[in-house]
Amino acid sequence: MVNDRLLTASASPHVRTRDTTRGIMLDVLIALVPALVASVVLFGFRALAVTAVSVCSCVVFEFLSRKAMRRPNTIGDLSAAVTGMILAFNLPSTIPFWMVVFGALIAIVVVKQMFGGIGQNFVNPALLARIVLMVSFPKAMLASWATPFAWRDSSVDAVTSATPLSILKSGDATMPSLLSMCFSKAGCLGEVCAAALVLGGVYLVVRRVISPVIPLCFVGTVGVCMLAYGFAKGENAFSFAAYELLSGGLLLGAIFMATDYATSPISIKGKIIFAVGCGLITSLIRLFGNMNEGVSFSIVLMNILVPHIDRLTVPKPFGMEKEKKEKKAEVKAS
Amino acid sequence: MGISGAKVRSAVGKVRGGVHVQHHKNTADQPIVRLPAPDKVVIPMQMHIGAPCAPIVNVGDTVAVGQCIGDTTAFVSAPIHASISGTVTAVGETTLANGAVTRAVTIESDGQMRLFEGLEAPKIDTREEFLAAIRASGLVGLGGAGFPTHVKLAFKPGTVDTLVVNAAECEPFITVDNRECIENSWDVLSGIQIIKEILDIPRVVIAVERNKPKAIEILSSIARQVEKHKGEISVMQLKSIYPQGAEKIMIYSATGRRVPAGKLPSDVGCLVMNVASVAFVARYVKAGKPLVSRSLTVDGSAICVPQNVRVPIGMSVGEIIDHCGGFKATPYKIITGGPMMGSILAFSKEDSLKKETDCINCGRCAAACPMHLQANSIARIVKTGDVDALVRAGTNVCMECGSCAFSCPAGRPLVQHMRLAKSMIREAAKANGK
Repeated sequence: MVNDRLLTASASPHVRTRDTTRGIMLDVLIALVPALVASVVLFGFRALAVTAVSVCSCVVFEFLSRKAMRRPNTIGDLSAAVTGMILAFNLPSTIPFWMVVFGALIAIVVVKQMFGGIGQNFVNPALLARIVLMVSFPKAMLASWATPFAWRDSSVDAVTSATPLSILKSGDATMPSLLSMCFSKAGCLGEVCAAALVLGGVYLVVRRVISPVIPLCFVGTVGVCMLAYGFAKGENAFSFAAYELLSGGLLLGAIFMATDYATSPISIKGKIIFAVGCGLITSLIRLFGNMNEGVSFSIVLMNILVPHIDRLTVPKPFGMEKEKKEKKAEVKAS
Repeated sequence: MGISGAKVRSAVGKVRGGVHVQHHKNTADQPIVRLPAPDKVVIPMQMHIGAPCAPIVNVGDTVAVGQCIGDTTAFVSAPIHASISGTVTAVGETTLANGAVTRAVTIESDGQMRLFEGLEAPKIDTREEFLAAIRASGLVGLGGAGFPTHVKLAFKPGTVDTLVVNAAECEPFITVDNRECIENSWDVLSGIQIIKEILDIPRVVIAVERNKPKAIEILSSIARQVEKHKGEISVMQLKSIYPQGAEKIMIYSATGRRVPAGKLPSDVGCLVMNVASVAFVARYVKAGKPLVSRSLTVDGSAICVPQNVRVPIGMSVGEIIDHCGGFKATPYKIITGGPMMGSILAFSKEDSLKKETDCINCGRCAAACPMHLQANSIARIVKTGDVDALVRAGTNVCMECGSCAFSCPAGRPLVQHMRLAKSMIREAAKANGK
C-alpha cells in the first residue's frame, strides 16, 4: 500500500492552486503581445529585433548571474523574459543594440539579482534600466524617435525628434488627432498603441494577475490633475487631459510597471496610496518639470516608498479591530 | 428555491478573503452506509485537545456496545465507550495521526454488536442534568476538532442568544454533514429544539453553504413546520467559499459579530455546533446510546468506490478503505480530515505539491486570509525571530485554514511558517514565565 520510495511529509493544505509563478509571468507576456504587434506594425522589424535582443540578453544575464552566485537557475520562471520585454517597450526602436544589452545588464544583474532575485528588487528593474540609459545616452533615448509607418514609406522623414508629449509641452507643432493617438504615435516601442495596452491590461485583470486598483488610480489621478490644470489655464481642459492620458508611457507604466508585484504594496489601501502618488508625481513632472515625461521617475520614486506604505497599511487582523467597527457590525446585524 | 413561502436567509456578515477550492462533492448523493462490525477496534484514550481518559477496563473483560471503557475526572474531556461488543485483548498504546502516542483499548469482536444493558434515555429536567447527560454520552464536536460538547454548552446562562448550527462543510470532498441534513433532518430539528429550550437560547441559525441545495430545501421546509418556535429557527444560505465553516468566520457570516482575538464565541453571544453533533443530541436524549460511531466520506482519485460510511470508532483506516473497494491506483497520501486542514495518515511519493520557489510578493496569501493576516510578511518576521512583531502581526488569530498556502503561486508552505511563528510566541511566553 505504501510505497517507500522518496518519503516526504508535508504540512496541510494538501491541495494547491494550479497557478504558478511561471504561469503568472506567461500571462504577463501574453498581455504584452498586442502592444508588441502594434509596435512592429508601426516601426517595422527593427522593433521586433530590439525586443528580441532585450529578452535574450535579460535571460542570459539572469542565467549567468545565478550561476555566478551558485544559486538555482531561475530562467524557467519567465520573470527575466518579462523584464526583457518591458525594458524593450521602454526604448525607442532606433536604439543601438549594444545599449539594449547594457540596459538588460543593469536591470537583471544590478537591480534584480544583486538584491536577491525575484520578489526582492526594490525598484522596477526595467524602469531603472531605462533611467540609467536615459541619463547615459540622452540623444539615443530622447531625441531620435522613429516616425510611425516610415519604414514602409520612404517619402516620410524616418526619424523625428517630436513625440506628442514634447509637442504638448513646447507647442512647436500640431498634435495628431485624438483618435490616432489611441492607435499610433511616436514614442518608445511599447507605449505607442494605447488600445493594445488597454487590451493587455484587461486580459491581466480578467486572469486575476493584477488588480485594477493601481492602473485606475494612477491614470485617474493624472486625469484629474490635467483637468484641473486645463481649467486653470482656461484651455480646452478635456481634450488637454485626454491627450495627456494617451501620451507618453502613462498607460504602459500604469498597467504593466506600477503593478509589478515586488515593488507595489500588498493591501488595497496601500495600492491606492501608491498609485495616487505615482499619478501626482507624473503630473507634477509633466506640468512643471523640465522633462517631458515623468512616468518612469514617478514609479521608481514610489517604488522606494513601498516598504513604508506597506508598513502603514497592514490590515487589522480579524477580531483585533477597533471597537467602533464592531459596534457598526452589531447595528447592522440586529 | 421554488418552495412556497420557504424563506432562506442570506449571510449577514460578508467574509473578506477565503479561497475558491474545487468542491469535489462527488458523494453528495450517496446515502451513508453502515459498515459491518470489524473484527477488532483500537480505541485511543485521547481524541481531542482536552485531557486524556484512563482505561477502566482490563484485558479479558467482556464489553458491549456503549459500555464506558475510559473516563477521567478532568473537566475538559468526555468518557469513551466501546464501539463493538467483545473481549478486551489489550490495554496498550497507539500513535495518533498527529504523531502523539496515547493509551488505547483494543477490543476483539464477538460479532454480535450486543448493546450494553445499562443504556437508557437520560432523565433531563434541568440544565445541570442536561450537561451531565451530554458528558455521559461522550459527545465531542463531530465537525472535526472533537472538542467535548458538554464543555462548550456550559456557558453562563443568559449569555448566549444565538445557536449557529454549522452545516457549511467547506472542506472539499466531505459530504457527510450534507447527508446528515438530508437523511436525519428531523433529528437535527429536534436536537435544535432540545438545546434551545434547555439552554434557553432565543435564536437558531442553521447555516449551510450554497452548494448543498437539497439540504437547504429539506431543512427549510421542516423548519417551517416547527410551529412552537415559529420565526426563531431559520436556515441561512452561505457563499461557498473556503473556510466558511471555520467557527469565527461562521459566526461573522451568520450574525455579523466578530469574535475578538483570544475570545470565545460565547463572548459575542454565540454557540456554534456542528450539525451532526446536534442530531446526535436528539438521538441520545431519546435512546441513551452513547457516541460509538461516526460518519465519514471516503473519497479521492485512488479510491475504487468513493462513498459515505458510518464506522465504529477505532476501526482501522485500512479496513474502511477495503470496504470501499480498496485502491484503484497507488495512493500518494492518505489524509484524515479534509485536504485543506487534514493531517497525513500515510504517504508515499509526493508529487502533488509544487516545488517551493521564491516569494514574488504577489500578495495573494494576504488577499486569501479570512483573518486579514499577511502570511508572507509573517513568514519574513519568523526569519528575524522578532517575537513582539509576530504578536503585533496577529499571528495568534491564524486558524491554519490553509487559504494562504493554497493560493501561493510559489508553492510556499505558509501554514508551516504560521505554526512555527505560533510556537515561537509560545516558547517566548514560557521563557518569560507567563
